[in-house]
Amino acid sequence: MIFDYETLRVIWWALLGALLIGFAVTGGFDLGVGVLLPFVGKNDDERRVILNAIGPTWEGNQVWFVTAGGALFAAWPMAYAVSFSGMYFALLLTLFAMFLRPLGFDYRSKLPSQKWRYNWDKALFVGGFIPALIFGVAFGNLLTGIPFQLENDLRIVYLGGFLDLLNPFALLSGMVSLSLFIMHGAVFLQIKTEGKVNQRAKKVGFIAIFLTLFLFALAGCWIYILDGYHITSEIFPNGPSNPLTKFVKRGPGLWLDNYGHFPELWVVPAAAFISGFIAMVLSRINRPGTAFIFSSITVTAVILTAGCSMFPFLIPSSISLNSSLTVWDSSSSQGTLNVLFWVTVIFIPLIVVYTSWVFHVLRGKITVEHIKKNNHTAY
Amino acid sequence: MISEGVIELSRWQFAVTSLYHFLFVPLTIGLSFILAIMESTYLMTGREIYKDMTQFWGKLFGINFALGVTTGLTMEFQFGMNWSYFSHYVGDVFGAPLAIEGLMAFFMESTFVGLFFFGWDKLTKGQHLVVTWLVALGSNFSALWILVANGWMQNPVGAEFNFETMRMEVSSFEALIFNPAAQVKFVHTVAAGYTTASAFVLGISAYYMLKGRDAAFSQRSFTIAAGFGLAAVLSVIVLGDESGYTDGEVQKAKLAAIEAEWHTEEPPAAFTLVGLPDQEAMVTHHAIKIPWVLGLIGTRSIDTPIIGLSEILENNRVHIRNGMKAYGLLQELRSGKRDDELIEAFEKVKKDLGYGLLLKRYTENVVDATEEQIELAVKYSIPRVAPLFWTFRVMVASGFIMLIVFVVAVIASSIRKCRSEWVLKISLYSMPFPWIACETGWFVAEFGRQPWTIAEVLPTFLSASTLTEWDIILSLSGYIALYTVFLFIEMFLMMKYIKLGPSSLHKNRYHFELGGGDVS
Repeated sequence: MIFDYETLRVIWWALLGALLIGFAVTGGFDLGVGVLLPFVGKNDDERRVILNAIGPTWEGNQVWFVTAGGALFAAWPMAYAVSFSGMYFALLLTLFAMFLRPLGFDYRSKLPSQKWRYNWDKALFVGGFIPALIFGVAFGNLLTGIPFQLENDLRIVYLGGFLDLLNPFALLSGMVSLSLFIMHGAVFLQIKTEGKVNQRAKKVGFIAIFLTLFLFALAGCWIYILDGYHITSEIFPNGPSNPLTKFVKRGPGLWLDNYGHFPELWVVPAAAFISGFIAMVLSRINRPGTAFIFSSITVTAVILTAGCSMFPFLIPSSISLNSSLTVWDSSSSQGTLNVLFWVTVIFIPLIVVYTSWVFHVLRGKITVEHIKKNNHTAY
Repeated sequence: MISEGVIELSRWQFAVTSLYHFLFVPLTIGLSFILAIMESTYLMTGREIYKDMTQFWGKLFGINFALGVTTGLTMEFQFGMNWSYFSHYVGDVFGAPLAIEGLMAFFMESTFVGLFFFGWDKLTKGQHLVVTWLVALGSNFSALWILVANGWMQNPVGAEFNFETMRMEVSSFEALIFNPAAQVKFVHTVAAGYTTASAFVLGISAYYMLKGRDAAFSQRSFTIAAGFGLAAVLSVIVLGDESGYTDGEVQKAKLAAIEAEWHTEEPPAAFTLVGLPDQEAMVTHHAIKIPWVLGLIGTRSIDTPIIGLSEILENNRVHIRNGMKAYGLLQELRSGKRDDELIEAFEKVKKDLGYGLLLKRYTENVVDATEEQIELAVKYSIPRVAPLFWTFRVMVASGFIMLIVFVVAVIASSIRKCRSEWVLKISLYSMPFPWIACETGWFVAEFGRQPWTIAEVLPTFLSASTLTEWDIILSLSGYIALYTVFLFIEMFLMMKYIKLGPSSLHKNRYHFELGGGDVS
């Protein structure tokens, strides 16, 4: 069965969002736990408890990210090309930080030396901190626009530098994602641990939720004055993917256009706040399991809020407005989108099912006794 | 136009990171299968020793797997980061197998690998075995989709250029998936992985046997590795990648280059065992030739000729002239002109558009190329012969060395008398050869496709991102520095656990725990 091109493009915008949200909800808490590792765990045993809370599952969670990258490449090749080459050093930094994670998890506890282990803990902190921060910095740059231009043969010319990526709004977005993932990680740790580690995670979680909502609100206010983008020429949702056939204008507050046209969209940012508060309360009264559901909703809603305000833009260009990439002019061909859609429809539910089964098998709290008993096999 | 330096540096970076990644991948592909075989034996016999084997070789698998995952991430990022025009130009086709790889294979492998390590007490024996098999299947499926993508770079079937979007788009998914070049590549590559892992287990087991440690454990491991390895190395040789080289023009050029076949000869062609290829004069000096052999392995027949490089150059001259026309028509289309005649004229010659792009190296406008520039482009249209000629021979020699090793090892594992010290020693010291074969094989496949990233479609020098030389010098130094440190750490841990052997499982039944020395 073949959908029409317009529908497929919207579906793939949603699916890309779903994969990113999949990563943020699962891999997000792993990153948060990585950041918390040296602070919530005060000695080697406690740190091993923390590591083993996510150790057996973090690898699968990270694949959401890898798959989102692959899907971006396949469904939005131009967006993949622009974002990865445009944010070259941000991506490189993320990549180098992410290198430390498989090695940190797998190698850390393979030697008894305290020095060896504590060095890997630092590496795991970096491996959580940098990707968590850059995730938001990247989103912030999408909102402000990336300084690139498309030539007539659609070659991408990037005209910015690394420091352009670290503009104030992008840094604020980075702080949002960092505290968001720390919040999520703290709630997850609260589920998987007991005793002192549990108590510390609870405390950090409370602060992180508060901070997340505060920074998110701040970014929301900023959006009112931040330059947004808008297509001014006629849109051809079924046209071939050539980004150079439209006109785009820029102006303050334009990112709120969609919310103006469809006021019901305000539900999305509202959901972020409401579920954040609920998660805060539930974590306080020691119901981390349910709190985790609500913190997942917060994570989802924060990402959706950005997506809803940008639609149909994927990557606006800040120096060559008409080169901006949108849902209507930078997707793959109809045939490719269609085949990939069916592949995704089959495999995503399958992935959700077996991932849930794996989490189910590994359910239960990780304790110091558990670590001591499995001294030679645990991380 | 991107500078020559940026292109060279981008190529170096890709070569360094992919060759490094490929140090770990073959072992993951093969060892996951060997673990599944060992654990299956555990279930069938119920003997604990097979569980110990699965767990110990699993530990080494884990140390290797971590670096495979680490360096694989680079590959997924690098197309967009350093090859952005490539990503735009072929993402519609090339991206699809990568996305499917993630959804179908990498997810499965990574989700279950955690349970493989931590699920022993939480799962029934049967469930755990299923998990191990899923990890093995996942890593092998992963190879399948990656090689579908790579096979398409070698022989780009099932896709067409679209002038509206300035890129290649899929016209047939069946053709893409059942690309003969990809199928042959898949079988050849996974078999090479099985060979590598077998040599790994064989060599380390031989080391324990030489030291007289953990006899039951090491002999069983040795036997499994010998049997699996012999089957694998035979597949690698018989199902050699070369049989796929008859599909696609660039594959033919690659075959002619690795064999230094300068001119088409009467079939079946002779095989040049060694010699000194001279690209300028188009002859191989001091060549030692074996009649018939090349024709037989290259075409699997005695009457199909192997096309020589001089004939390929002649053909390419025609393609390039056609490509100039195609490029000229494309410019008219891009400037907004749309009439049926123009489109029809373009459709007729667009197959050679890629050859027209080759001229971009010499003139920005392509259509105004002089005769000399065309000649330069013709010369540039085939790969350099000498590096391919030599690396290919190193790969084949390593393969045959492994064949001998595995034959000897199989005999030794079935006849106790033959298990002499020198058999164990060659098993141990031949360990590097599969890696040499894998790396040189990868080099032959990729260097042999030059000057293209996508054969006949997109030249390498147009594929790179518009970065500065310093950008790439910085990133390349970063990769080299980190990768070197990682390799040292990995080798250190690997050596440590290999030396400890099964005693590292702390089951109180192996060498160092039974008074053979300290366990840490």
